[in-house]
Amino acid sequence: MNFSFTIFILILPLSTFLITGLFGRNMPKQLTGIFGTLSMAIAALLAFVTAYQYFFVAGRTGDAYTTITALSQTWLKFSPTLSIDMGIILDPISVMMLVVVTFVSLMVHLYSFSYMKDEPRYHIFFSFLSLFSFSMLGLVVASNIFQMYIFWELVGVSSFLLIGFYYDKPSAVAASKKAFIVTRFADLGFLIGILLISYYSESLDFQTIISRLSSPDSPFMHTASAASFMGASAITWALCLIFIGGAGKSAMFPLHIWLPDAMEGPTPVSALIHAATMVVAGVFLVARLFPVYVMIPAAHDLVAYVGAFSALFAAVIACTQTDIKRILAYSTMSQIGYMMFALGVSGTGGEGGLGYTASMFHLFTHAMFKASLFLSAGVVIHHVHNNDLSAMGGMRKQLPVTNIVFLVACLAISGIPPLSGFFSKEEILTAAFAHNKLIYTVGIITAALTAFYMFRLYYSIFWNKPQAHHADNHHGEAPFPMLTALIILCAATIAAGFVPFTHYISTDGKEFESAFHFNLAAIAVSAGVLGIAIATIFYLKPSDRAEKISVSLGGLYRSAYRKFYIDEVYTFVTKKIIFNLISAPAAWIDRNVVDRSMILSSEITELVSDEIKEMQSGKVNDYVVYFLVFVIGLSALVVFY
Amino acid sequence: MNLNLLLAIPLLTLVALFVVRDEKKVRWISFIGMSVQLVVSVVLLFAYMSQRSGGATSTLLFESCTPWYAAWNINYHIGVDGIAVAMILLTSVVMVSGILISWNIQKLVKEFYILLILLGTGAYGFFIANDLFTMFLFFELAVIPKYMLIAIWGSGKKEFNAMKLVLILMFGSSLVLAGILGTFYQTTIIGGTPSWDLITIGSLHIPLQAQLLLFPLMFAGFGVLSAMFPFHTWAPDGHSSAPTAASMFLAGISMKLGGFGCLRVAMYLFPEATKYYSPYIIVLASIGILYGAFVTLRQKDIKMMNAYSSVSHCGFVLLGIAMLTQTAATGAVLQMVSHGVMTALFFGVIGMVYERTHTRMGNELGGLLKVMPFIGTCFILAGLTSLGLPGLSGFVAEMTVFVGAWQVDQLFYRVATVLACMSIVVTAVYILRASGLAMMGPIKNKAYEGLPDATWNEKLAALVLIIPIVLIGSAPFWLNDMVNSSTGIWMSKIITSIH
Repeated sequence: MNFSFTIFILILPLSTFLITGLFGRNMPKQLTGIFGTLSMAIAALLAFVTAYQYFFVAGRTGDAYTTITALSQTWLKFSPTLSIDMGIILDPISVMMLVVVTFVSLMVHLYSFSYMKDEPRYHIFFSFLSLFSFSMLGLVVASNIFQMYIFWELVGVSSFLLIGFYYDKPSAVAASKKAFIVTRFADLGFLIGILLISYYSESLDFQTIISRLSSPDSPFMHTASAASFMGASAITWALCLIFIGGAGKSAMFPLHIWLPDAMEGPTPVSALIHAATMVVAGVFLVARLFPVYVMIPAAHDLVAYVGAFSALFAAVIACTQTDIKRILAYSTMSQIGYMMFALGVSGTGGEGGLGYTASMFHLFTHAMFKASLFLSAGVVIHHVHNNDLSAMGGMRKQLPVTNIVFLVACLAISGIPPLSGFFSKEEILTAAFAHNKLIYTVGIITAALTAFYMFRLYYSIFWNKPQAHHADNHHGEAPFPMLTALIILCAATIAAGFVPFTHYISTDGKEFESAFHFNLAAIAVSAGVLGIAIATIFYLKPSDRAEKISVSLGGLYRSAYRKFYIDEVYTFVTKKIIFNLISAPAAWIDRNVVDRSMILSSEITELVSDEIKEMQSGKVNDYVVYFLVFVIGLSALVVFY
Repeated sequence: MNLNLLLAIPLLTLVALFVVRDEKKVRWISFIGMSVQLVVSVVLLFAYMSQRSGGATSTLLFESCTPWYAAWNINYHIGVDGIAVAMILLTSVVMVSGILISWNIQKLVKEFYILLILLGTGAYGFFIANDLFTMFLFFELAVIPKYMLIAIWGSGKKEFNAMKLVLILMFGSSLVLAGILGTFYQTTIIGGTPSWDLITIGSLHIPLQAQLLLFPLMFAGFGVLSAMFPFHTWAPDGHSSAPTAASMFLAGISMKLGGFGCLRVAMYLFPEATKYYSPYIIVLASIGILYGAFVTLRQKDIKMMNAYSSVSHCGFVLLGIAMLTQTAATGAVLQMVSHGVMTALFFGVIGMVYERTHTRMGNELGGLLKVMPFIGTCFILAGLTSLGLPGLSGFVAEMTVFVGAWQVDQLFYRVATVLACMSIVVTAVYILRASGLAMMGPIKNKAYEGLPDATWNEKLAALVLIIPIVLIGSAPFWLNDMVNSSTGIWMSKIITSIH
């Protein structure tokens, strides 16, 4: 089977980006939207065809799925062994990602078609969406670690451009800068990790790297483990640094601070980039290099613990926030934490690799329900022209469809059967239970918290106080394209859980069955139900119960509300240390030491010349004196030597 | 292909400029002359590539050698390698763009264009010459007109800054001259016949003692021109006073003469000394990169910001050269090209903004993207190139330097590389700060609301630069392959003696 047609999945959004970006201004407004949506629809169709062909027709050799290199082209040759090859590889995870990215992107295009209709820079918005889709697709099919880095940076810049889409709003500009710089900082780790890993594996190609570094007996692994720096081997350093890159993109603690601010972007962007696709790139990166991570326990544990901590940390913060999109942002961070620690606790081979499968499964289901949540939130925000929960309440009558979509997605994220979140979360928790009880406990607590804050959100929007009547409340339920997107995503949220992931995605490519543990599932579901119950008591009807609790929690509540002061720490480091303690002295030294010494040298020259020019007096008696002194000096030299 | 064409076209243009009086004609003649030159440069690129793919393996192509002053064996020996072709292409692109940017100069138009083209002629001569004497002659030709360009058409403390720039650059030249004379003296001793010829001297073995003395002279001399720390302060001050086109030439072309000289003269002639001194150069380059970046962070004037960022970016050139691997040296050349085009675009755009708003202070600007979408987009594009966004030229160059530098498995080199890598974060910070302040946000000054966007000449000037940025950034293989084969030849002595 020839998969070279997959290149069109990339070319379509790229050409849409160029065409709408360059000529969109001269095109009728709606046309750019239609154009972008259609092109994405074709890309999605091709992605589905690819998935069908790969999973059901041509992907298997024997009983295991193999990696197919659909295309590969040398792009930049550094040296005989190292080169950046642009290529497309198809393996279970990249094909799954192709489907997720194109599908969610298509839904977001459809939704934005009417969501952004009053925007004068409509065509720019669509061209940036296409740029993002292109970059994200290039990232998931990357055959070369440097290719991934290239597209990694490109998704970063698309995210920057889209967060800052309303660039005349200072908060949006600040948020876009923050997102770019924080992820750039993390990418520094990724870059150095690439340099290290490529030095020891003598390749930049994913498959070569993995084949050389995934067995303890390989000579490459020997040199990479033998070389050590500050007590850790080179390969450990490389993997930890690469993980920093992934953690930055996936908003893992402590590099998460950009994600809540990124909600300044238009809501469809938050749904696509900051919920369903780009932010899971870090998970995907670790999954891509999973065979190497498994070899190095230190790096592998780092993934697990950072993931688990982030999951809990974000869930706690989410319980206290009042901005609807920020709550969803923290919830995203928390769910990505699940995916990370699932990878971190996973072993390899059959059921041992359940964590890996579960992580990808959760990535898949999360993309569906989180996109639904964000897009429904967009409808709500459009309705009340405000992001804050205090402006909402009792909206189930005005927005009946949105209400149901939101409720279904909330139930899914809370892990209530038979919705998709239940299946994926249950697998993750089973895997965690088998490998690490501490992480399992964190997972359960987080599950309860998740259910709590999601239903707090749900009740506060759709129930609680009766709807205050907005004067400018001219529109009822969302227009047709938006509703279509919502309903399709809702259907996907319900159906996604029934995809038998263990058949398609596993550490060794072979299908396996994971035993259903009734007890574990019961614990997970009861945690979810407990969370929902508490939220119902507090928020279904207006009451001051929540208020009282938060007062009684005192400092804990306040620090969670202030996001545990992480932002303040960052501000301190950047403003006080980098700006005032490094940059300012450097600028001062440059002016007053380096430049001053240059000027000084010219001034000294001038001074000296001023002094000695007096000797050229033009008086004969002066010259006679110089002559005599010179002659006497010379004779003295001759005499004494 | 006859390389004399590359000098003949600018010289003919100069002659024509001397003759005509009308200012409009002056502009058009310069523009047409330099456009023809650009076409010739592109033809040269293709001719060079087809010769190489046809199997030509000699160091230089299109060589010719005419005795000039036989008594001292001075020859007009010209010929190009891949590095020179890249540099010539860069020069032509920046020239065309600079001429278009200066379309609205009102004062002494004719003299301005004559000086610009004279400067360019010096650069072309320098890149094609392979005789040290001839090379030096052209080198000086590319420096001196800058004094007048800044002192006459500049702004601010223009006389002082022009003097400072030229004095520091002249200091560099004097070091180079001393180095060249010393080398010439060495050839009379060891070779028997005196020679100025680069290739001939390269085949002689200059004794280590002499190399250790001559290399620092030459390297530092050329290094001054490429803003090597601590001889970089001419750059920010010179730029802050220079007219737009002069800044573009200064950063886009002149600074590249330095890097070119370091690689192709100093290092080629003195391979052992290069190895001896390379750690010191790496220290200076790393300081330049990081320190330059941090100083840039504090700049409020966007032109000063770009000038200091040039210090940081040119540090990559020196770092790449001093790592002594073929990949890193190729990266250094790519960085020269990339930085040349990118910084010319940046200075060009800053000039456009200044012409309209009469300020370069980031905090006084704001929201310009809304008022002038074309200029704003170019500003952001230049910024993204500067911070190394993939798909644009800066990324390719920096990554090649990093990968090349990482091939040296010693802690010292690793640390230097990591420090250099760190600058990509700092670069992102100052670039985004500047674009956030100047281009995004609300329009701060009501007076800016009605300002016009770019005119046709400005748009064309920007496009001429954007095309190579995108071309190198999205399809780097052609340039990389061309440069890489040549750096391999020039560095063959150094590389073979390391491994």
